[in-house]
Amino acid sequence: MSASAKPYGILAQFDTAADIFEAALRCRDAGYRKWDVYTPFPIHGMDEAMGLEHSKVGYFTFCGGVTGFTTGMTMIWYMNKFDYGLVVGGKPLFTPLFAFPVSYELTILLSAFATLGGMLLLNRLPKLYNPLFRSENFKRASNDRFFICIEAADPKFAEARALLEASGASAIELVED
Amino acid sequence: MAKAAAISAAGIPAKPAHDSHGSQAAPPKIVAAEPPKELQREPLVLNGHGLGWITDAIAGICEGKMPVWWWPAFIISAGMMSMMAALVAYLISTGVGVWGLNNPAFWAWDITNFVFWIGIGHAGTLISAVLFLLRQKWRTSINRAAEAMTLFAVACAGIFPVVHTGRVWFALMPGYLIPAPNANYIWPQFRSPLLWDVFAVSTYGTVSLLFWYIGLIPDLATLRDRAKNKVRGFFYGLFALGWTGSNRHWSNYEKAYMIFAGISTPLVLSVHSIVSFDFAVSQVPGWHTTIFPPYFVAGAIFSGFGMVLTLMIPMRTLFKLEDIITTRHVELMCKVILATGSIVGYAYGMEFFIAWYGGSPYELYAFKNRAFGPYWWAYWSMITCNVISPHLFWSKTLRTNMVFVWIVSCFVNVGMWFERFVIIVTSLHRDYLPASWGYFTPSWVDVFTFVGSFGLFMTLFLLFIRFLPAIAISEVKGVTPQADPHHPLGGAKGGHH
Repeated sequence: MSASAKPYGILAQFDTAADIFEAALRCRDAGYRKWDVYTPFPIHGMDEAMGLEHSKVGYFTFCGGVTGFTTGMTMIWYMNKFDYGLVVGGKPLFTPLFAFPVSYELTILLSAFATLGGMLLLNRLPKLYNPLFRSENFKRASNDRFFICIEAADPKFAEARALLEASGASAIELVED
Repeated sequence: MAKAAAISAAGIPAKPAHDSHGSQAAPPKIVAAEPPKELQREPLVLNGHGLGWITDAIAGICEGKMPVWWWPAFIISAGMMSMMAALVAYLISTGVGVWGLNNPAFWAWDITNFVFWIGIGHAGTLISAVLFLLRQKWRTSINRAAEAMTLFAVACAGIFPVVHTGRVWFALMPGYLIPAPNANYIWPQFRSPLLWDVFAVSTYGTVSLLFWYIGLIPDLATLRDRAKNKVRGFFYGLFALGWTGSNRHWSNYEKAYMIFAGISTPLVLSVHSIVSFDFAVSQVPGWHTTIFPPYFVAGAIFSGFGMVLTLMIPMRTLFKLEDIITTRHVELMCKVILATGSIVGYAYGMEFFIAWYGGSPYELYAFKNRAFGPYWWAYWSMITCNVISPHLFWSKTLRTNMVFVWIVSCFVNVGMWFERFVIIVTSLHRDYLPASWGYFTPSWVDVFTFVGSFGLFMTLFLLFIRFLPAIAISEVKGVTPQADPHHPLGGAKGGHH
């Protein structure tokens, strides 16, 4: 790729969990918006250090669960009472009691799909291409190093390098888009 | 300083905090005293290994060549699996008469095997979900393999109820198991626990798979980043979905993971409760008891932990993972076996008490017959394995002896198979009408189909070890002191956040 290519962002490597934590605090306090921290495992307290809001995955789960339960109850009522009622053992054609176990399982089943789907949707995954994968150093983001990337789209991108250097980064590179 | 004390309590010898600049003398600091040794916990990863070591140790297993023993183990397992396939084909083409079933024992080894395998799965979900909600950090070393075990056990379990219907094509046709009308426009019958079971087990298998996969995503990204050739890079990359370890992603991921744990917990409790309804809702003496749901769940966890230990103890030795699956992990699993084994033992006693106290002569006869009737040998095998053997784990010496623990875990597996056999066959073979009493003996097809199901289980497990990280890499890293930004080993300088 030619040197004139548009930069995607500036990528700084940090060696310890404490270093990345400090650096994240500084980026947050400097008012950056389009930036992210990359770690091999979730670091406790990093959401606050980055100033992230609570995850919204739970809303997806709730919708999935409600859909599952309603589907179960409606399906059983339709099949065993409305469409073709068949008396078995003198029992009622429909009560929520015998319909509960199946509806309960469907609640969990659809909650699970909604949770996984919601997580992927909120994270915009799958996204098999990412400019950061160009960086050879970045392979260690899934191993034993910690990274901050400040995107070129951030209005304060010009000061990013100075900030990351001052935060104790062990390596800094420009990643092309 | 409460934080510093808590860190020491996690068992890491705290390095003296020092000022890295060193130009001026640091002011005297108040340092919390180390808690006494007996209050300190063993670390979860021994020898203070760093993050890179953990990646190499775990990912290295599925990247390198398999050790020599793997091939014979795989060939034998695959052979057993093929034998099972052949016997199932024989069963379906000939009829259920090839099994030893008779009147009145219409259920025997088939349903015993089903309940046995589905129960084994429960330990995986307990480890991945319940221990997660209870913040038991030691689960991280064993949850991946235990969840894999769950999936493979559910796969083995699923086969038996389907093939025991004889004419399998009817079972799989709309109107019987699948909620769609049959040829006469009659829908499935939702008052039956057998249909609840279909939903419970299929939901359980699906949710376990999703939970397992969501846990695998970060580790697949690790394998993608380490891949030495294109094929591996492509496949791990494809299934890693482009995971980068972004904290914005981790934030949603952790929430999703916690929700999965939250919904899997009631799921796992419901699955074996519903399995127990297959029996408890009927009128058969010996089956018709209200204690079944909690008793089945406890038994399932008991048997599952037995199987986890049976698999993990050889695995940690053969792959030299003793620093990650430590003696402490094994000991803790032994304690779960002891606890659930005691619940199971209590349930056996309580069943007898209620049979006497309930005043139903049929119920009392069913239990007397269970212990002293023609199947006395099965009953007392069960008692020996399930009631006596777990109590050996009161001794710390025995809990920390790996060979001994492995042998006891095998006893637990055997005992729990006998439990299901005892419940099913002893209750069925003599019911209300003495004229229809009988005795069940398995045929060779029964025996070898069951043996073959172990082949299926082991084949899948060996392939899992071969291609996927058998321990959750990112989760193990997360419980090391190096992962804690406030710990000296995590790079914290002052410890004053």
